[in-house]
Amino acid sequence: MSASQTSLRRSARIRPWEPVLWLLAFAAPVVLPSHAALVNEIAIVALFAVSLDLVLGYTGIVSLGHAAFFGIGAYTAALLAKHVNADPLLGLAAAAGVATLLGAAASLTIMRGSDLTRLMVTLGFALILLELANKLDWLTGGADGLQGVVMNPLLGRFEFDLGGRTAAFYSLTVLLVLFLLARRLVHSPFGATLKAIRDNRLRAMAIGIPVRSRLAVIYTVAAGVAGIAGALLAQTTGFASLDVFEFHRSADVMLVLVVGGAGWLYGGVAGAIVFKLMQDALSAVTPQYWTFWIGLFLVVLVLAGRERLLRPWTWWKRARP
Amino acid sequence: MLTILFDGIAYGMLLFILAVGLAVTMGLMNFINLAHGAFAMVGGYITVLLMQRLDVPFLLCLPLAFAGAALLGAVLERTLYRPLYGKPHLDQVLFSIGLVFMAVAAFDYFVGSTQQIVQLPAWLKGRTEIGSGAWTLGMGHYRLFIIAICAALTVGLQFILARTRFGSRLRASVDDQRVAAGMGINVNVVFLSTFAFGSGLAGLGGALGAEVLGLDPSFPLKFMIYFLIVVAVGGTSSITGPLLAALLLGIADVAGKYYIPKMGAFIVYSLMIVILIWRPQGLFVRRGGRA
Repeated sequence: MSASQTSLRRSARIRPWEPVLWLLAFAAPVVLPSHAALVNEIAIVALFAVSLDLVLGYTGIVSLGHAAFFGIGAYTAALLAKHVNADPLLGLAAAAGVATLLGAAASLTIMRGSDLTRLMVTLGFALILLELANKLDWLTGGADGLQGVVMNPLLGRFEFDLGGRTAAFYSLTVLLVLFLLARRLVHSPFGATLKAIRDNRLRAMAIGIPVRSRLAVIYTVAAGVAGIAGALLAQTTGFASLDVFEFHRSADVMLVLVVGGAGWLYGGVAGAIVFKLMQDALSAVTPQYWTFWIGLFLVVLVLAGRERLLRPWTWWKRARP
Repeated sequence: MLTILFDGIAYGMLLFILAVGLAVTMGLMNFINLAHGAFAMVGGYITVLLMQRLDVPFLLCLPLAFAGAALLGAVLERTLYRPLYGKPHLDQVLFSIGLVFMAVAAFDYFVGSTQQIVQLPAWLKGRTEIGSGAWTLGMGHYRLFIIAICAALTVGLQFILARTRFGSRLRASVDDQRVAAGMGINVNVVFLSTFAFGSGLAGLGGALGAEVLGLDPSFPLKFMIYFLIVVAVGGTSSITGPLLAALLLGIADVAGKYYIPKMGAFIVYSLMIVILIWRPQGLFVRRGGRA
């Protein structure tokens, strides 16, 4: 085995602390039953952030409109449950399918131009969906949203209870499965080409990586994952509204990912935990103005340096030139 | 029909005033500043508060809005923005979103979330109609006023950029910062004043636009996409690019909302995406310029 193969294998190995972390996560709804709903939300946001990490952290596509896929997943699941069949897993599959198709279509728009162009195009894409969901009110309920989405018991056995414990286990399981798949993906040779594209697109092209098709594939996959996250939200809260498409969703998930660290799948998970706990605490103190503190946090984060903020012991050292 | 065209032009002109400062920071200085709308909001609130609380006349409020926003821009440029010029775009995006969130929450806290109303002076309230039937041209006096100010500003800006010493310094600093510094241009001062001027224009735009666009604390978020479209579609090599883009956007938006109200802002966004896929660097871009 060559040295490069060894190093790739080593980075893909599962660390001992990882199963412990997941066990803790699954224990949380049991140990703290009153916070099961929060655990559920964290799992959903984490999944959404993992999806963004695939495109932003691993491939370097700056997207301000990732909520497009989250939202389409949420609406698909909600509509399906309301009008056709309320089986949760079927809803997940449908949401993943629709979001993937949409992602494949949208991936055509991110090929050209600079960061700015991509920001604009992705942002515009999400806004178009927001407008559609707003205007097609016979289907989506318009500004009032789709209410009263009631799901069948999971696997025909586990009822979704008010405390949200089933929901928490459900979301955690989906998160774990997709996380493992994403992890498999980024540690594959395919994932290595993504990182090559992120680091230097020209060089990646020069060594024969088909950049355009790689971008299309990863964007599509990430869209599917984001769609599943949206579906989880709609199914476990029984509600889908325009809020799922809005700009602050895209901005929040970017913040989540950056807080935790992009280009490292656990970054999304860690960020989701920090962000949700912070939101929970801050909105308990100042219900209306908690965005101010989020904003301040972002500004400080960038000014202090994203890496350095997480390592306070480096604050007094001089930055490397 | 002509009325719609006229309103579209007025709206586009307004967007141009609001966005031209962003065209400079984003296009020329290569800084993705999503917080531009916050400066516009500051200008708008300066006007509204001065008029409501201190009875300052409207015309006097406009320069004050410009000055206030420019001052704020200068302070922020010196303290917060400057360290970020060389940082990756992602950092700039996060930073400016953070500023927007702070501005929205702060104005919500201090002024309240209700929409503010500007009392225009009587001579701006009227409306003139020319012609009849389908070709009626109805011109609100206030919209005429906006068009006049914007035309004057455009000519002035073009003159400053193309003909004055400051303009050539700015262009030099933008094209190559190091060489410009080597030629004895104080790049920091050039950028500082440019940023402040751009923020001031945003403030002026916010003051003018408060009547047309509505002013509440969500203003920076609501119109962010419009400023960005103007800049991204217009390209940033000249004043005319954003101007034409703003006019196109204004007319498309007003006409779309009038003729197909069901579609709403859908048209504008689709138009933008199509244009950006077709010409990723913007519609009007200088050949051989920096990518």
